[in-house]
Amino acid sequence: MTLVTLLLLAAALIGIGFYGALSQQSFVMLMMGLELILNGVMLAAVAFWALSGAGAPEGQLLTIVVMAVMAIEMAMGFALVVAVFRTNQADVTEGITELKH
Amino acid sequence: MDYPLIVDVFFVLLATLAVVSGWRVFATDSMVRASFFLLVSFIAVGVIMILLAAEYLGVAMFFMMAVEMMVMAIFMVMFMMNPAGLNPMMMVHQHKFSIAAGAAVFLVLATVALLAEFPDSPLPADLDPVASLGDELLGDSMLIFESAGIVLLTTMIGVVVLSSHRGRYGAADEGSMPPGLVPGGDPAGMPEEDDEGDGHHHCH
Repeated sequence: MTLVTLLLLAAALIGIGFYGALSQQSFVMLMMGLELILNGVMLAAVAFWALSGAGAPEGQLLTIVVMAVMAIEMAMGFALVVAVFRTNQADVTEGITELKH
Repeated sequence: MDYPLIVDVFFVLLATLAVVSGWRVFATDSMVRASFFLLVSFIAVGVIMILLAAEYLGVAMFFMMAVEMMVMAIFMVMFMMNPAGLNPMMMVHQHKFSIAAGAAVFLVLATVALLAEFPDSPLPADLDPVASLGDELLGDSMLIFESAGIVLLTTMIGVVVLSSHRGRYGAADEGSMPPGLVPGGDPAGMPEEDDEGDGHHHCH
């Protein structure tokens, strides 16, 4: 477990998440891709904190902030899914090509 | 910094688990299973965080993700036409471009990880990670921490406004029609009716 292997793992998670966020039609699956990206970001932040930052507490603080971002993304995402479902009765991204309502 | 062999073995297992389950999220037919695969990926990363001595963050990850993925599974059952994966299904668009973009992101980040020279300064031996995080949260960085709390409160209000049944300009589902079975086709069903059955009269 070195900094390089940890960053490679984080890069793999971010890459998979990027693929998911771009390719999925379902809103909830799209959000899963975004979550996977943030998962990799948090892992990279902790890896830098532990192996390259001499334990500066701001490294852990950054991870807490990313966790808050993740919670906000989930909550707003689900609220938007509900709002889109109300107007279009669909939960796929193709359902809102025309933002009329 | 050198870790004992057992830590390295665990890291390889957990890293494989995290990547494989992260990939399975987008490869399984069942949407509910996809959310549990994502949970497995998050828990593997949380254990790696604990191996890196960030105990508080690793455990916080477990609690947060366990709840979040249950919410996700419930939303899947609510909204998906095929939450249990009884029919094989692949709901993707711009698939080849997405694969290429994901691979490109991985390659760029991996190149940075392999070629950049990061300082090698591990944790001091006498550092208590949880205590130092607590001192930071309620000390120098208290403003950031409190701002995160305010933003979360704002999010809660915004979410209630967005998902309210009574929209800002009238009922949120007014004129709502299901999408066509083919693009531009006839709606695949009727407009949403009120849930009440016969024998109920509304008093408007």
